[in-house]
Amino acid sequence: MGGAVIAIRGLTKCYGATVAVDKLSFDVRPGVVTGFLGPNGSGKSTTMRIMLGLDRPDAGLARINGHRYGELRWPLHEVGALLEAKAFHPGRRARTHLTALAASNAIPQRRVDEVLEMVGLAGVAQRRAGGFSLGMAQRLGIAAALLGDPAVLLLDEPVNGLDPQGIRWIRELLKTLAAQGRIVFVSSHLISEMALMAEHLVVIGGGRLLADASVEHIAADANSLEEAFFEMTSGTTEYPDHKAKQR
Amino acid sequence: MTTITRAGHYGFRQVAGMEWIKLRSLRSTWLTLALTFAAAVGIGAAVGANTKGVSNHPDLTNNVLGGIAPGLLLTGALGVLCMTSEYTSGMIRASLAAAPNRPLLLAAKAAMFGAVALTIGEVASFTAFLAGTHTLPGRISAPTLGQPGVLRAVLMGGAAYCLIGLLGLGLGAVIRHSAAALGVLVGGVYVAAQFVAVTAHQVQAFVPVLIVGNSLSTTKQLEGTLSPWAGLGVLSLYAGVALGLGGWLLVRRDA
Repeated sequence: MGGAVIAIRGLTKCYGATVAVDKLSFDVRPGVVTGFLGPNGSGKSTTMRIMLGLDRPDAGLARINGHRYGELRWPLHEVGALLEAKAFHPGRRARTHLTALAASNAIPQRRVDEVLEMVGLAGVAQRRAGGFSLGMAQRLGIAAALLGDPAVLLLDEPVNGLDPQGIRWIRELLKTLAAQGRIVFVSSHLISEMALMAEHLVVIGGGRLLADASVEHIAADANSLEEAFFEMTSGTTEYPDHKAKQR
Repeated sequence: MTTITRAGHYGFRQVAGMEWIKLRSLRSTWLTLALTFAAAVGIGAAVGANTKGVSNHPDLTNNVLGGIAPGLLLTGALGVLCMTSEYTSGMIRASLAAAPNRPLLLAAKAAMFGAVALTIGEVASFTAFLAGTHTLPGRISAPTLGQPGVLRAVLMGGAAYCLIGLLGLGLGAVIRHSAAALGVLVGGVYVAAQFVAVTAHQVQAFVPVLIVGNSLSTTKQLEGTLSPWAGLGVLSLYAGVALGLGGWLLVRRDA
């Protein structure tokens, strides 16, 4: 567990003629929240989908503790992921949604109720998830990620749709989880939030690695993290048409 | 935190457990199956009650099972939605993160859905037969399950739900969009049947809905139709090809 690490090496993914991720290499280590920062369409979601084995890279590799995602023996016990807020069937009750996912990895029902409690959805667990607000949907997604008590958490834009209390809640939750020795890898396009949440940053733009360093180190050369970010990403934020193909 | 000392690995049993919970937890599943059942039994009873004479159409078993073919459409549609709803909702990515072995996921889904469709199909077919034979006017002697071919016809009529349902599931995996997949199912199973019936008699025997009506649920084989077992084989082949192609594409495509 102490040696848990995510390794990304030379990762490349094209959609037609557009390069979404371009020879990306970095490591993610446990113990601190690592932010994955980049403008919209910079390749963050694509990278995370490849890490989860959902998309196949054109070149390079993504390894979690030395394994491809598809090789994990009990995936939910090893990696918890939040990819999009509403990755559930709207007609299914929140608790049943989690019970189904739990069954796939032999996770007991009591853990389902535990995570519902943790994310503050215990009171609405019997409601159909289709009626959830974006904030509640995010919480349900986080509950799903926590089901297997995994040592690795991959969260794509988890603060989207959360109110200020929700944002603070998830910030504290993720810091606590990281302090327990987990890998916590969180993507966002919100610089200010990353400045508060993360200790380490992987910054990408146009699918390429722009920085891989501590927040302190990145902000040190500029007046603020925001300025440092704009300096780094200038020239990478033109919007090619691959956005539409990223679903 | 779980330290990974847990023995073995996730497999068919766990993934099938997930798929069973997914299937049974949607109201639409039970509503659709109830309608399927009602169609088979209702039409069976109505056909029985309205039977006037037996001189020119002696296969009463086939007549009272006449509600199977229209009800099949619902089971087929349920099969389609069972797969495409994963894509429309984004659930597919949660499912694949939980169980990244894609052929295993599809196999588990097909096994659970197939088992439910088969169970409901057999219950519907038997109930339709009982309802239809009981509503026959008293002067007509009703077929019984002990007569040659009758039990076979009723059993195969029930199995048709499972096979058309799995064909729908396979089409859903191939096409991934609900509307398009439903269109292909309805077009392939029903509309094509009408078209082929008037244009190409030699392939008529291979049209899914006509296999169900003319081969599986009959006791007396008509000219130009497949035998019951050949019909069952062809229908299984359709479902198998759709599922196989769906599984192959599921592995190849980005989720």
